[in-house]
Amino acid sequence: MNKIVAKEMLSENVVKLVVEAPQISQKQSPGQFVIIRTDDRGERIPLTIADADKEKMTITLIIQIVGTSSHKIANLNPGDSLLDISGPLGKPTHIENVGTVVACGGGVGIAPLYPIARAFKEIGNKLITVLGARNRELLILEKEMAVFADEMIVMTDDGSYGEKGLITAGIEKVLLREPVHLAVAIGPAVMMKFVALLTKKYDVATIASLNTIMVDGTGMCGACRVTVGGKTKFVCVDGPEFDAHEIDYDEMLKRLNTYKKEEQVSYDGYLKSLT
Amino acid sequence: MPVNFQELSAARNQEWRNELRNRLSAKERSNLPRVKMPEMEPMDRILGFKEVNVGLNEDAAVLESQRCLDCSTPSCISGCPVNIDIPGFIKLIEKKDFLAAARKLKETNALPAVCGRVCPQEIQCEALCIYHKMKKAPVAIGYLERFASDCERLAGNISIPPIQTGNQVKVAAIGSGPASLTFAGEMAKSGYLVTVFEALHELAGVLSYGIPEFRLPKSIVRSEIAYLEKLGVVFEKNVIVGKTLTIEDMKKQGFQGFFIGSGAGLPKFMHIPGENAIGVYSSNEYLTRVNLMKAYQFPHYDTPIVLGKRVAVIGGGNTAMDSVRVAIRLGAEKAMIVYRRSEQEMPARIEEIHHAKEEGVEFLTLTNPVEYSADADGRVKQMKVQKMGLGAADDSGRKRPVVIPGSEYTIDVDTVVVGVGTDPNPLIPRTIQGLEVTKWGTIVVNEETMQTALPEIFAGGDIVRGGATVILAMGDGKKAAESMHVYLQNKKTN
Ligand SMILES: Cc1cc2nc3c(=O)[nH]c(=O)nc-3n(C[C@H](O)[C@H](O)[C@H](O)COP(=O)(O)OP(=O)(O)OC[C@H]3O[C@@H](n4cnc5c(N)ncnc54)[C@H](O)[C@@H]3O)c2cc1C
Ligand SMILES: Cc1cc2nc3c(=O)[nH]c(=O)nc-3n(C[C@H](O)[C@H](O)[C@H](O)COP(=O)(O)OP(=O)(O)OC[C@H]3O[C@@H](n4cnc5c(N)ncnc54)[C@H](O)[C@@H]3O)c2cc1C
Ligand code: SF4
Ligand code: SF4
Ligand code: FES
Repeated sequence: MNKIVAKEMLSENVVKLVVEAPQISQKQSPGQFVIIRTDDRGERIPLTIADADKEKMTITLIIQIVGTSSHKIANLNPGDSLLDISGPLGKPTHIENVGTVVACGGGVGIAPLYPIARAFKEIGNKLITVLGARNRELLILEKEMAVFADEMIVMTDDGSYGEKGLITAGIEKVLLREPVHLAVAIGPAVMMKFVALLTKKYDVATIASLNTIMVDGTGMCGACRVTVGGKTKFVCVDGPEFDAHEIDYDEMLKRLNTYKKEEQVSYDGYLKSLT
Repeated sequence: MPVNFQELSAARNQEWRNELRNRLSAKERSNLPRVKMPEMEPMDRILGFKEVNVGLNEDAAVLESQRCLDCSTPSCISGCPVNIDIPGFIKLIEKKDFLAAARKLKETNALPAVCGRVCPQEIQCEALCIYHKMKKAPVAIGYLERFASDCERLAGNISIPPIQTGNQVKVAAIGSGPASLTFAGEMAKSGYLVTVFEALHELAGVLSYGIPEFRLPKSIVRSEIAYLEKLGVVFEKNVIVGKTLTIEDMKKQGFQGFFIGSGAGLPKFMHIPGENAIGVYSSNEYLTRVNLMKAYQFPHYDTPIVLGKRVAVIGGGNTAMDSVRVAIRLGAEKAMIVYRRSEQEMPARIEEIHHAKEEGVEFLTLTNPVEYSADADGRVKQMKVQKMGLGAADDSGRKRPVVIPGSEYTIDVDTVVVGVGTDPNPLIPRTIQGLEVTKWGTIVVNEETMQTALPEIFAGGDIVRGGATVILAMGDGKKAAESMHVYLQNKKTN
């Protein structure tokens, strides 16, 4: 049982939780994630460790409400507990001083990007962050990122904040302007696919962090498999980060839809149970 | 393990045993027919996950126990990897002292209710029963083992063996499968402070996430865990050793001995085209969703699973048999086993093959998949297979399958479960410096002691053997406990 010590709504459907996790908080590094279960009928779902406090022995999770499990978590309050947390899972990001890094975050992908971007900055890189969201309400962690970013570009689909346009437009502006040594892309699969196409054109090394469907998170089931460079990889143990130019995004996008129908049934039932 | 026939014969010569033995002649005993296990009807059992084998009633069990000749050199014992005193416990059943029979079993086997159900008896204890020499069906040792231990559990009368005190040494077991559970029980009895660390949110390894409810009810597994808790064993779930906690961390916490029982949980795929299509599962994922996450009760439970109408399961072991029988219970109209050798070579327990057939599973033997194709959404819709012939025997003594050229054809499927085996999970070997590991990823141990290249670390079960059996894993756990005890004692006195 892991107690929730703080909760904040970052936007209408994005919630930030600070959770007690004594062992995980000591061991985690940027890029790693946990698997949680809210209750004994719940799924095991993966969530990135957005931040950790070694002294208070807590980790921070940022969750976008998309279905039953994420909604269940968002409905928890300080004092409540998560039934299970296991981690830290996945390989930590390889943090290195390469020169200039563009950190690209789309939607809730901004949450996992946050600790990675900060680590790249702390090791001495010039850090440019490009954040994309559908509209102003859905943009998260802008203030927190601004604290350490050398430059911040915000793109919204509807132009309600920052510049109007897709995240790729913001990234291309930087690529045209100055040499970039590494791009990090985290967000919806479609976004990562188009960021990868763009950086490939400019020949900029790029890593993407993948959010496939998972069960155990320890390499035991293969639910999370993706094709990278023609080979099958398990995201939970071989990733979650891979060379963005080698990923078969179309296969991944299809696999993410495996349970579309069941997810809807589950969510409808859950929402009904709330009323 | 060498059998101590001297000790056995002393037990055999007790007065009550002599008297019991003389009640019926060997001829009368051997003329009794082998008992049949009462089973749920196939049509009823495929509607749910209730246990298929109902269990013997008292009369049937006593009658079957009378068949055992109480041999003076009981060959059956050598067939049991932990050398249970088989006539010893069976004669206690004949005497109708069922609780004593259960205690007798517990002397050598920590999980008799599990082994009675899942051991491949036909190639172990029962294979060596004297009855084969008489061309008769062997004594139903497994059924009787199950009967005695079920009696004890149902009577709510689980005996707690004496625990030695005075030893405050902390030891750890990594993983909570049968190997670790046995190790933990033995060490607790010797007075150690034992903690079991498990990566998942549920204990017992394959017994929980792999073997389905209809073959091994989870209530039995839970009661075995409760028993270990009574012995003082502490369980910590959601701890992935190597990630959440390292061996170094544990040493700092005062642990002095370590047993690695982390199993062989890494699924094998065949690396053929289309294997990442939606609806193609590893047997681990398929069974984990169903057994651990209760996807068969979706949407009551949140974890979903693809409910296939035409399901092909690749492989011929217990895992494949479990998967295909799960598919039937999830509503498959056509459930197939696709196996590249013939039925004779199938490693699954014979009983499960038989049950699968009764439940309507089709067996496509000497058949191997070569490619899957998917529809526009990426969902698997067809598999291409080829026919195989059998060539000369390979290292394992089984005939090697050879491709028959030009024999390809396609089968319509909407779900495929790949159950062609598992490898050891590399996490532990990778995170412990100095462990010796084979090219298959198994940990190298001294077979006598189960000690690894690092003296304070012992290992057993599937992480040492690759995929094996519950009872072999348990035997390893027991051996490791004995030798770790010696090792720690010596260390203390030096
Ligand atoms: C390594 C990793 C890190 C992640 N980090 C975060 C994070 O920090 N914050 C966050 O909000 N989300 C994160 N996700 C995604 C998150 O796990 C899913 O949004 C969540 O599982 C959806 O569950 P649900 O029941 O609410 O929605 P569902 O109704 O199950 O699904 C809604 C959508 O989410 C996707 N999805 C479903 N199940 C999973 C699953 N097990 N894993 C991934 N995606 C799934 C599907 O594409 C589906 O269309 C991460 C995923 C991975 C693999
Ligand atoms: C579907 C299926 C059916 C089977 N049917 C039979 C049968 O009928 N009869 C039979 O005799 N055998 C059967 N077997 C084989 C038998 O189950 C195994 O041989 C046996 O369970 C091995 O026991 P073990 O203790 O070595 O490991 P496992 O049972 O595999 O348990 C290992 C445990 O360690 C945990 N673990 C792994 N890594 C870590 C880590 N880093 N930190 C913490 N925990 C970790 C795992 O989560 C797991 O719970 C079957 C196997 C399967 C998969
Ligand atoms: S433990 Fe298994 S092999 Fe040994 S006697 Fe029991 S059923 Fe037979
Ligand atoms: S060999 Fe058969 S008959 Fe003889 S003791 Fe063993 S089980 Fe009984
Ligand atoms: S989530 Fe099961 S192997 Fe990655």
